Amino acid sequence: MTLIARLAALAALLAPPAALAEPDPADWDAVLAEARGQTVYWNAWGGATATNAFIRWAGDTVEARFGVTVEHVKLSDTGDAVSRVLAEKTAGKDTGGAIDLIWINGANFAAMKEAGLLFGPWAEELPNWRYVDVAGKPAVTSDFTVPTEGLEAPWAMAQVVFYHDTARLPDPPRTMAALLDWARAHPGRFTFPQPPDFLGSTFLKQALYGVVDDPDLLQQPVEMADYAAVTAPLWVFLDELTPQLWRSGRAYPQTGPRQIQLMADGEIDLAISFSPGEASTAIANGQLPDTVRTYVLEGGTIGNASFVAIPYNATAKAGAMVLADFLLSPEAQARAQDPDVLGYGTVLAMDKLSEADRARFAALDLGIATLSPEDLGPALPEPHPSWMTRLQDDWIARYGVAD
Amino acid sequence: MRPLRAAPALTLILMLGPVAAGLLGTLAPALGVLPALGGVRPGLTPFDTLLHWPGLPRAVGLSLGTGLAATAISLAVVVLFVAGWQGGRAMRGLERLLAPLLSVPHAAAAFGIAFLIAPSGWVARALSPWATGWDRPPDLLIVQDPWGVAMVAGLVAKEVPFLLLMTLAALPQARPVQRMGVARALGYGPVTGWLKAVFPAVYAQIRLPVYAVLAYSMSVVDVAIILGPNTPPPLAVQVVRWMADPDLSMRFTASAGAVLQLVLVVGALALWHLGERLAGATGRRWATGGARRHGDGALRALGLGAVTLAGLAVVAGLAGLAVWSVAGFWAFPDALPGGLSLRHWGAQAPALADTAGRTVWIAGAATALAMALVLACLEAEHRFGLTPGARSLWLLYAPLLVPQVAFLPGVQTLALMGGVNVGMGAVILGHLVFVLPYVFLSLAAPWRAWDRRYATVAAALGAGPGRIFWTVRLPMLAAPVLTAAAVGFAVSVGQYLPTLLIGGGRVQTLTTEAVALASGGDRRVIGVTALMQTGVVVLGFALALALPRVIARNRRGLRPE
Repeated sequence: MTLIARLAALAALLAPPAALAEPDPADWDAVLAEARGQTVYWNAWGGATATNAFIRWAGDTVEARFGVTVEHVKLSDTGDAVSRVLAEKTAGKDTGGAIDLIWINGANFAAMKEAGLLFGPWAEELPNWRYVDVAGKPAVTSDFTVPTEGLEAPWAMAQVVFYHDTARLPDPPRTMAALLDWARAHPGRFTFPQPPDFLGSTFLKQALYGVVDDPDLLQQPVEMADYAAVTAPLWVFLDELTPQLWRSGRAYPQTGPRQIQLMADGEIDLAISFSPGEASTAIANGQLPDTVRTYVLEGGTIGNASFVAIPYNATAKAGAMVLADFLLSPEAQARAQDPDVLGYGTVLAMDKLSEADRARFAALDLGIATLSPEDLGPALPEPHPSWMTRLQDDWIARYGVAD
Repeated sequence: MRPLRAAPALTLILMLGPVAAGLLGTLAPALGVLPALGGVRPGLTPFDTLLHWPGLPRAVGLSLGTGLAATAISLAVVVLFVAGWQGGRAMRGLERLLAPLLSVPHAAAAFGIAFLIAPSGWVARALSPWATGWDRPPDLLIVQDPWGVAMVAGLVAKEVPFLLLMTLAALPQARPVQRMGVARALGYGPVTGWLKAVFPAVYAQIRLPVYAVLAYSMSVVDVAIILGPNTPPPLAVQVVRWMADPDLSMRFTASAGAVLQLVLVVGALALWHLGERLAGATGRRWATGGARRHGDGALRALGLGAVTLAGLAVVAGLAGLAVWSVAGFWAFPDALPGGLSLRHWGAQAPALADTAGRTVWIAGAATALAMALVLACLEAEHRFGLTPGARSLWLLYAPLLVPQVAFLPGVQTLALMGGVNVGMGAVILGHLVFVLPYVFLSLAAPWRAWDRRYATVAAALGAGPGRIFWTVRLPMLAAPVLTAAAVGFAVSVGQYLPTLLIGGGRVQTLTTEAVALASGGDRRVIGVTALMQTGVVVLGFALALALPRVIARNRRGLRPE
């Protein structure tokens, strides 16, 4: 062996390993092979025990089948994960990042996509992508109107529902106007999570849908519309509603699930949720009385999808893809839809599934407080993320710093 | 002997390096420099954005008001109690309770107190409906009130045990028995006499801990989120929110806010210092005025009542969470849950067992390192007369005085730039920065108070300095060393931001889990994690109490009474 050949061999040994070539989901066998033995750090909000248990189950299953270890990094805020990737990019740490997979959607996705912090495209090459209901659920490829372009894979559908305790409130208000009338008659018994919490901001968007003349405007960036004119009725509505809220609008629950405790304590009679099955799951957990039911507003409620994305500098990209693909499997989707487990809506199209897989979904008892897909009705599309940002900022300026 | 001589310098570098580097890492984005987000040209835009945030005046006012109020009230409560009950039975009883009270993490205590005082809380449940007539909780703004009263109450309940511990540690140096003997002989009442004769000497000793309480109360995040107002929140909470904002450009505003937070804390410390001067001047006139009594009986009762209330709030709050952790559905106004079940323990505990092990390992390592450094510093002081001046004590306190939000994000970025791999090692070093000052604080006074004549005798018998240290001084001081270790251990277990930011989320402890789970607001889960967190720390304190008895089983003079 010549010296040069030896040096070349040495260089090949010392050079960044071939793994630097990113895994290609089109060659799935190679992805599976690379994933075996990897540890995937899945950064996901950790505030709900039901979600945590589901993630643990998914991790155990993926480890048993594909040799991929999953560590659930429990976040109190998805923004922490975005911050982390940003800090890594700031420091020039372009490989070997601490985060392999993030549960994400909406503004966080838009921000990461724009800042070039995401790996991909990969999602639409996953083997289980063929079952996804792309035609029937446009939200799976359009995250708050931002095209996902294969940078994130959907794993659950969410739609706004309201829940109420029938023992105290048998006939809940079904329009925003009726909500205001009811709140006037029953001050202090309704609230929503404080924006910029995403569920609180969603309430603002839902209320905007209730008062706006042309909902199509909301699909475009906010700069394209006459923001002041479009939102004027919303602020009139909120000016009237806020004094009638729980604690007269001087304090708010900080997250969505906090409302469950408030409802159980009898502090509020009506609450908003982004998960049609959340109330049933909470009843099963002894967190809510079994007299709680859910309903949707006349004219429909906002729906969106939850996704998982891989940061550009993730360490275990192959493993992360294997996990994301497993989350799309009919088995995992059916389990997530089970209200005893999670109660999340599936992203799959029933007519694309095999007979046996369809049966899994058909066999589910959705729970006493969960609406059937027919009763849920069609979901309204999420407005462009810029609307959420503007609404949040204005809400904070008007009500969030009022005291 | 060379390494020992270098110990104080090495310790200071380990303390101050991260703080200074972190501050730089925060200052740069505050001035608009953050290349990953396209910020390359320095400017004042972030501060401009900050000043235009409509909630700023209230957030700043809250930060200052709650911080100063919590510190002043905590100090007053501790001083009144110690003045009235020094050496008495109430004091000894409370000393025993101190360790468990200190062990309850701030967030857990805050949750417990929130459950006690909320309109749907335990107190209201106990009185409803028979006394209040409420079959539904009233719509009253008690928790998260705009003035931050609930937050101040929560902070006081947790800071009183800490200040009490520090005061009791400092007390012997003030020679209280002799001073009080003279004061009482001259006819001064117990409280008046203590305040006039002993307090000035004690305060000089506990001044830095008081400053640490002030800085902490002003920048606290977890307690503020649970008990404090949110429309707007205190500044530190808002900074953390900006850090987590999906709009990445808010990172600049967050850094500017962090710098403002630092300025606020420095300003408040200066204000407090001014207050010390004023109080000193008036106090001198008052002390020489000759008045013997100022309602001493009432003051004693007030001191005991306030301390009892603070302790009860923490203990009852934790008991409430314990009941929640085994509760089935529990409706208002039932004073106790309708059914009991262990399913939440069954669901959470196995998953948390690993985490508990990791938490103990990190805390143990950080405490051991801190202890080694502190002992080396103290021994260097003893052997070479390297007594730290007042200035270097200040430096030691820097990690406690500089708000965490002002330097930890910078530390994170710099650790990444330096190629430090996320992992337990980095987290342990990060914890060390916060553990060491507390260990030093707890240990320095008893260590220095050791009677040097023992060393002289040992040296006369032929023992070298090393042997004196290992076989005489350390065993004799085992009790304070272990207590200091338990305090350090507790501090490490309680760290949230350092663990999250330096560990990149990959290193999870009971505290990071507790905070994440708490964001869901389910009191059952909060109960389980809070009890596990407290349990780990209580074990540390129990060991610290038990071990000296074992070590001194055949040394009667060393046995704690």
